[in-house]
Amino acid sequence: MSPLHIQKGSTSHSAYNLRPSFSDIEERHTLAVLVDNEAGVLARVIGLFSGRGYNIESLTVAEVDHTGHLSRITIVTTGTPQVIAQIKAQLGRIVSVHDVHDLTTEGASVERELAMLKVAGEGERRVEALRIAEIFRANVVDSTLGSFVFEITGAPDKIDAFADLMRPLGLVEIARTGVAALLRGT
Amino acid sequence: MTREMTGAKMVVQALKDQGVDTVFGYPGGAVLPIYDEVFQQNDIRHILVRHEQGAVHAAEGYARSTGKPGVVLVTSGPGATNAVTGITDALMDSIPIVVLTGQVPTFMIGSDAFQEADTVGITRACTKHNWLVKDTDRLSATIHEAFHVAVNGRPGPVLIDIPKDVQFATGTYTPPKPSASHYQPRVKGDLDSITELVEAMETAKKPVFYTGGGVINSGPAASQLLRELIEATGFPITSTLMGLGAYPASGANWLGMLGMHGLYEANLAMHDCDLMINIGARFDDRITGRSDAFSPNSIKAHVDIDPSSINKVIKTDIPIVGDVAHVLEDILKVWKSRGRKTDAANVKAWHKQIDEWRKVNCLAYRPATSSIKPQHALERLEALTKDRKDRFICTEVGQHQMWAAQYMGFDEPNHWMTSGGLGTMGYGFPSSVGVQIAHPDALVINVAGEASWLMNMQEMGTAVQYRLPVKQFILNNERLGMVRQWQELLHGERYSHSWSEALPDFVKLAEAFGAKGILCDNPADLDDAIAEMLAYDGPVIFDCVVEKHENCFPMIPSGKPHNEMLLGEAETQGVIDSKGSVLV
Ligand SMILES: Cc1cc2nc3c(=O)[nH]c(=O)nc-3n(C[C@H](O)[C@H](O)[C@H](O)COP(=O)(O)OP(=O)(O)OC[C@H]3O[C@@H](n4cnc5c(N)ncnc54)[C@H](O)[C@@H]3O)c2cc1C
Ligand SMILES: Cc1ncc(C[n+]2csc(CCOP(=O)(O)OP(=O)(O)O)c2C)c(N)n1
Repeated sequence: MSPLHIQKGSTSHSAYNLRPSFSDIEERHTLAVLVDNEAGVLARVIGLFSGRGYNIESLTVAEVDHTGHLSRITIVTTGTPQVIAQIKAQLGRIVSVHDVHDLTTEGASVERELAMLKVAGEGERRVEALRIAEIFRANVVDSTLGSFVFEITGAPDKIDAFADLMRPLGLVEIARTGVAALLRGT
Repeated sequence: MTREMTGAKMVVQALKDQGVDTVFGYPGGAVLPIYDEVFQQNDIRHILVRHEQGAVHAAEGYARSTGKPGVVLVTSGPGATNAVTGITDALMDSIPIVVLTGQVPTFMIGSDAFQEADTVGITRACTKHNWLVKDTDRLSATIHEAFHVAVNGRPGPVLIDIPKDVQFATGTYTPPKPSASHYQPRVKGDLDSITELVEAMETAKKPVFYTGGGVINSGPAASQLLRELIEATGFPITSTLMGLGAYPASGANWLGMLGMHGLYEANLAMHDCDLMINIGARFDDRITGRSDAFSPNSIKAHVDIDPSSINKVIKTDIPIVGDVAHVLEDILKVWKSRGRKTDAANVKAWHKQIDEWRKVNCLAYRPATSSIKPQHALERLEALTKDRKDRFICTEVGQHQMWAAQYMGFDEPNHWMTSGGLGTMGYGFPSSVGVQIAHPDALVINVAGEASWLMNMQEMGTAVQYRLPVKQFILNNERLGMVRQWQELLHGERYSHSWSEALPDFVKLAEAFGAKGILCDNPADLDDAIAEMLAYDGPVIFDCVVEKHENCFPMIPSGKPHNEMLLGEAETQGVIDSKGSVLV
């Protein structure tokens, strides 16, 4: 078991699928990248994306192994299959990168993101916001007479949907963590 | 031996333990403690260059001609930034280089201190990896790791930034430990894929080997195995600019270089083949031309140690990730064990077809008697030096570089030094310095254009100081020839700023530095002048005044497929359409 908690050999040729189809269809992939937690490592990863013109939809990073000083970076990116394969290969050759896993192709995975939304409003709108929050299982983490701060966890599209509903009800600010993801099963 | 020592002493100790015999460098405030240690020992030779860019190119020449990593020592700020072009050059051409830079003391980092630059930030994108060492106890292990990273996997430049207080402070030295690093790229190829390739080789009617710099990177064993495989199968072979010498130019199956300025027969063989076996080359755009028209009917196999090289540009049918020597060994093993089969009859017919293409004689040029044709100058240089087994050729960048690749033959790996990926004018001269340092008795010639040569001409000081008999063979067309050629083909002969004005008198320039200068502008004198250059025991600037408007052919215009190549003095107006003209 690697510190990524993805079994070694879950793909026999690691994350590099060397025989991609060169289709033009853009795909969305979630990558889990295990890196040495050292100065500049995030700059290396981000520099790769900006330098080679790849997309980053979301990026989260935190140390996950305190003794081994390893951080897990979760990147959501889009591109044609060829570009996705290049991104994985390019990430894999960064010296501080230990492992690259494509959670989109290596089996079913779960993705979660946390967001906080500040919604200001009074009267009916306030009641409606609370009612919808309940349906989405969002928690109220702060409240004043004229506003709420909701905390919601879920897949990114659930958060999008929640934000869309809050907009006409007085959404003033939103903070999102970006995606964290794990493969399902053992 | 005590393991407690200053950071500066550690640097020298670590270099010794890594087997380093030569360092190319230039001192300054932030590396003075290290220079003090360099002064107090005799195991490592320090070569004082005249510009930090020169230090890196010299280290590249040293590395490419020895197979060992080149080492560079420069100061903070301007020392580091001057090295950036060389470092980028080494990255593009996969040359193992270890660069040590001084940095302002840790407690001043971030304060815009005198000669402070964010060296690891600046070089992050042009090194394979880099480190800022903030703790003397970590210094020796980091240097050992740096050497490991520079030479393993796909080689490349690495940089270690060492603040001055870390050099002064005392810490514990750790000697190199094998496999201390998590960085262990895979060298053995997948056997199923290798077998798949061997099967394709057994039935191929029109196979071609397309080899590259990766064969040189892999070491002399790789070239030996390649030769064995070619002789055994009888398949034709071409190489990129970076791979010249891996298979001998005098070999029976040699097609010559391929690509934009490659040989007609090599490019047509690539276009028409049914099996392309890429060994350590990266489908550079100088090779593929229009990628959707590139070798349309072939099965493509690709052996490369860097997974990101595979499928980057061209879709590969049989990918093999591994080191060239390891993979070639396995290919040979599997092919022999399956009975050494090839479709000999069809391969013979394929060679006949190639011979037909060869008859086009694509390197023919119109001879002249009143002026020296650059191609002729190189043919004569080749004829008068090719018997020297210890001949090393460096080049600058431009037409002369392509002509050298076309008209000179390389029978051994590591004897050809050129800037391919970055195309850095000013590479050749310092590179020749590095080669000569590594091979004091060898014949080292830099084939140069006058414009490129001027970019690092300050290294004349280095050549004279260390009595390096480097021969600077300048094809002087008083033009930025390659640029002029593109302007002729692409921009309606509007020669915007592509000539060399106010050139120095190269003979006087040589003499001013205490070297020898030779001027030759008459084809009748050429052989004698070259003989005079070769006979002189010391650095020579050879000003070979050549035809000014000669173009370099063959040429595949940007955006065109291989089979639309321009030959000789063909009709060249309007050959590059508007789509092609955005390409470089
Ligand atoms: C003016 C100009 C014109 C040019 N015209 C041409 C031209 O006509 N023809 C031409 O060929 N080039 C030309 N070039 C050079 C061109 O730009 C490229 O530098 C060159 O083609 C790349 O060579 P390569 O594919 O062998 O790759 P390299 O840059 O040498 O890369 C080596 C490849 O091998 C891999 N590798 C490294 N070590 C190993 C190992 N141990 N085992 C396995 N794989 C390994 C690397 O990962 C990489 O993919 C020109 C350059 C200039 C400046
Ligand atoms: C540092 C740098 N600047 C600019 C270029 C663009 N460039 C490529 S070839 C060339 C002309 C080279 O002229 P010269 O050295 O005289 O060689 P020639 O082509 O005439 O043989 C130029 C300017 C480059 N390759 N490198």
